[in-house]
Amino acid sequence: MTGTAIRLEGCRKTFDNGTVALHSLDLHIHPGETLAILGPSGCGKTTTLRLIAGLEHPDSGRVLFGEQDVTALPIERRDVGMVFQNYALFPNLDVAGNIAYGLKIRGMPKAERTARCAELLALVGLQDHGRRAVHELSGGQRQRVALARALAPRPRVLLLDEPLAALDAQLRERLRSELDQLLRHLGITAVFVTHDQGEAMALGHRILVMEHGRAAQLASPQALYQQPANAFVAGFVGNLNVFPVLARSPCGVKVPGGDLPWSTADFPDTLYCRPEHVRIADGNGHLHGHLLAQFFQGAHSRLLVDVGGAQPLLVDCDEFGRHGIGDTLALSIAPRHLFCLQGRGTRSEVSP
Amino acid sequence: MTALGQPNLALARRRWRLPAPATFALVPALAVLTAFWILPLLQLIALGTQHRDGPSSAYWQVLSSAQYLGSLAQTCTLAVVVTAAALLIGAVVGCFLARQRFWGRSALVALLTFPLAFPGVVVGFLVILLGGRQGLAASVGLSVFGQRWVFAYSLIGLFIGYLYFSIPRVILTVMAACETLDRSLEEAARSLGARPWRVVLDVIVPGLAPALVSCGAICFATAMGAFGTAFTLGTQLNVTPVAIYNTFTNYANFAMAAALSVVLGAITWAALLLARRLIRQTGATL
Amino acid sequence: MKRTAGFYGRLLFVLLVCAFMLVPVLMSLLAGLTRNYFQGVVASGLTLGWLLQVWAAYADTVWLSLRLAVACAVGVVMIGVPAAYALVRMNNRFSRAFEELMVLPVAMPGLASALALLLTYGQYGAFRGSWLFILVGHVIFTLPFLVRPVMAVMQRQHLPVLEEAAASLGAGPLQRFFTVVVPNSRAGILAGVLMVVTLSLGEFNLTWMLHTPMTKTLPVGLADSYASARLEVASAYTVIFLLLIVPLLIALQAINHHLARGDRP
Repeated sequence: MTGTAIRLEGCRKTFDNGTVALHSLDLHIHPGETLAILGPSGCGKTTTLRLIAGLEHPDSGRVLFGEQDVTALPIERRDVGMVFQNYALFPNLDVAGNIAYGLKIRGMPKAERTARCAELLALVGLQDHGRRAVHELSGGQRQRVALARALAPRPRVLLLDEPLAALDAQLRERLRSELDQLLRHLGITAVFVTHDQGEAMALGHRILVMEHGRAAQLASPQALYQQPANAFVAGFVGNLNVFPVLARSPCGVKVPGGDLPWSTADFPDTLYCRPEHVRIADGNGHLHGHLLAQFFQGAHSRLLVDVGGAQPLLVDCDEFGRHGIGDTLALSIAPRHLFCLQGRGTRSEVSP
Repeated sequence: MTALGQPNLALARRRWRLPAPATFALVPALAVLTAFWILPLLQLIALGTQHRDGPSSAYWQVLSSAQYLGSLAQTCTLAVVVTAAALLIGAVVGCFLARQRFWGRSALVALLTFPLAFPGVVVGFLVILLGGRQGLAASVGLSVFGQRWVFAYSLIGLFIGYLYFSIPRVILTVMAACETLDRSLEEAARSLGARPWRVVLDVIVPGLAPALVSCGAICFATAMGAFGTAFTLGTQLNVTPVAIYNTFTNYANFAMAAALSVVLGAITWAALLLARRLIRQTGATL
Repeated sequence: MKRTAGFYGRLLFVLLVCAFMLVPVLMSLLAGLTRNYFQGVVASGLTLGWLLQVWAAYADTVWLSLRLAVACAVGVVMIGVPAAYALVRMNNRFSRAFEELMVLPVAMPGLASALALLLTYGQYGAFRGSWLFILVGHVIFTLPFLVRPVMAVMQRQHLPVLEEAAASLGAGPLQRFFTVVVPNSRAGILAGVLMVVTLSLGEFNLTWMLHTPMTKTLPVGLADSYASARLEVASAYTVIFLLLIVPLLIALQAINHHLARGDRP
C-alpha cells in the first residue's frame, strides 16, 4: 500500500447555527505520513477530520486526494477507512460480518471476502473471534475490529477519530504502540484526531495543533515542544512556566522572585520555560521561593514553588522529599531554556 | 490557487438546498396521509360550515343547541371522571407492581395489561356480562337482596366500560415511569427524616407527574371518542360519538355530523396539546 | 423481606382490580361453553356447539379480519419504516409537524375519521364497496403505532454514527438503509407490527362506518351478534376473538420486555 497525499486548500466551514468551525484552513499531508490533529474540544479538529472523510463539506475551498479533487464526493465514494470514536460496530453483524461489510458493498466474491477477512483478523490478532457478537468483545477488541473493518477494503487514507479515547489508561498505552507498529507496517496515509498530547506525540510524524478553528502550528513533535510557535501551543503541548517581566536588571530581567538571565537586545513582556528546565540550586539561584507542595510521579517529582507570582512555579526534578513544605528554595534556569513567544500563554492545569 | 474563485459542487448543493436522501423516505407516508387523512379532514371541516336547514353553519347549530352542548358536556364530564378514577387506581396498582417482587407478579402484570387491546365493542359486551339483565350483578343482587341490579345500559355501565380499558394503560405507563424513577431520591428523602407518605407526596408523585399527565390525556381522548362500548350498551346513551352516529345514519344530516365530529376532535386534540404543554413546563423547571 | 400490613392491603387492592379485569372475560368464556346459560352450567352442562355454530356463521369475518390485519401490517411497514427513518434523520420543524399530523388520527375520534373518509371517497362505488376502503382507514389509524417504536429503537441504536460507518466503507444511501438501518431496527419493527395487527384485528370505531354488508370484519360481526344473537352465541364469538388476540398480546409483551431490557450501548 503506498500512501496518498491529502491537501486541504482554503477550507472554510460554518455550521447552521452560525459558529465558524474552520477559518480557511490550508493543510498538506504527505503520502504515508501519520498526522495527529491536536487541540482542545471545539477547536475544529473533528471538523477537519470529517472534511477529509467527506462527512462534512466545506463552504469554500477544496479537498484533494493526490491530484483528484474529492470536494464534492460523499464519503462512500472517497475510498477512506475510518475508525470512529466509539467504533460504531454494527450490532446486527458478528466480527467477521463487520470486517467483511465494506468488501460486500464493493461486490467482492464470497471466497475472496473470507480470505481477506481472515487476513485482517490475523493482522489485529483476533484469529479466533470471527464469529463473536460485537457486544461480547472487550473495549480493546472492539477497537481492533473497528481498525480491521476500516482497513479491509484497502482504503487510500485511514482516518481515526479519538481512536483510543474510549479505553482505560493501561490498555490505551498498549494499543497505542500496536497502532504505531501497524501504521508503520502499512505505510498508509493516516490522520487522527486526539485531545491527548501524549498520544499525538507518540503516534504522529507531524502534529497539527488547532485553536479556535485555525491551525496554530504544524510541526514534528520535537519541533513543537522545543520551538512552539506561540504561547497557546507551548501551553497545550507540555506544561509551561510563565514569567511576567517587571523591569530590566543589570544581568538580565527582573521577574517575581528574582532576576533571570536574558542577554538578547529586545525586551519581552513575558518569558517562558519548561518545568524540567528549572533546577534547584545549592547556593545562589536566580529565583527564590517557598515550597508549596510536592507530588511524587515515579521517574520524577513535581514541585510547586511560590515565588510571589500569580501562579506557583512548576519544577520537575528527581528530589522528592529532600525539602520540607515551606522551605525556601533557590532555583536556577539556564539562559538557553528561556524563551519568549507571540500571544498570551494559557498555562495548563497542574496535575498532581 | 483557483480554489477560492471557483464555486465548487458542494457549495452549489448547499445553495440549492437539495433535500437529503432521508427526506425522500418520508414521501410514501406523506402521500398516503395527504390523500387519506388531510384531504378528508379538510373536507370534513369544510362540510361543517354548511347546513341543510338554514343559512347558519352547522358549527353554530352545534354550539347554540342545548341538546348537542348537553351531550358534549356529558361526554366531557364522563371522560374526566373516568380519567381521574383510572389514574388513581392505575397509579396505586402500577407503583405496587413496579416496586414489589412476589410470586405470581408477572402473571398479574400480564393479566392486568391484556384488556388494553380489547376493542370497545368487546368491552361493552363484558360490561353487559357484569351488569346486564342476566349479568353477574343481577344474579348476585337477586340471590342476596331479592332484586336484580342492572347498570350496564346507563352511564354507570359506560363508566365501568371506559374504566376497563383505561386502567391497563395507566398501569403500563406508571410501571414504566416507576422503573426510571431515581431510587436514591427516595432514599435521600428518607435519610432526611421524611415519613413514607411524605416520600410518596414529595418524591414519587412529582416524579410520576409527567407520565400521569400524558397518560391521563390519552385516557381522556380515548374516552371522548370511544364509540364501540356505547354502541354495544345501547344507542340511547346521550354521548357525542353516539350522537354523531345517529345524526349521520338516522337523519342523514352530514353537515351536522361533520360539525359534531370536528368539535369533538378539537376538544380531544386541545386536551392532548394542553397535556404536552404542561409536561414541557414541568420538564423545564426540573 | 418483611411484609407489612400495608403490603397486604395493597396486594388485596391489586387482586380486586385484577378480578375486575378478569371476571368478565372468564364469564364470557363460560357462557360460550355452556349449553344454556340461564339454567346455569351445572344444570345444562358444557358444549362446543356454540363455538361451532359461530364458526359456521361468522368464519368469513375472521378471515377478512386476518387478511386486513396482514395487509395493514405490510402497508404500514412499507410506508412507516422509511418514515420513521426520515423523521429520526431530519428532526427539524417540518418533521415535527409531520409527526403531529401522523398522530392526529389517533387523537381524533375514530368515527370522525371514518366520516371524513366516507365524505371524500364514498362516491367511488368500487373502492367504497371493497375491503381496501377499510384497509385505508386501518393504515391511517395504526401508522403511528409502528412509527413510534421504530423511531425509539432507531434513536437508541445511534443510527447516524452506524450509518456514517457504513458510508465510510462505501455504502450508498439505499444500501445503508437496507443493510444498517432496517436490520438494527428489527425489534422495533416487530413490536410495531404486532401492535398494528392487534389494533387492526380489534378496530371497530372506524370499521363500523366503513364496512358494507359484504365487508364485515370480526368486530363488526361481534357487534352484530351482541345486538341480535343469544348470549351464548355472542360469548362464543367473543371467545374466538380472544383466542385470536391473546397470543398476539403475549408476544407483544415479550418483545416490549426484551426491548426494555436490551438497552445495550
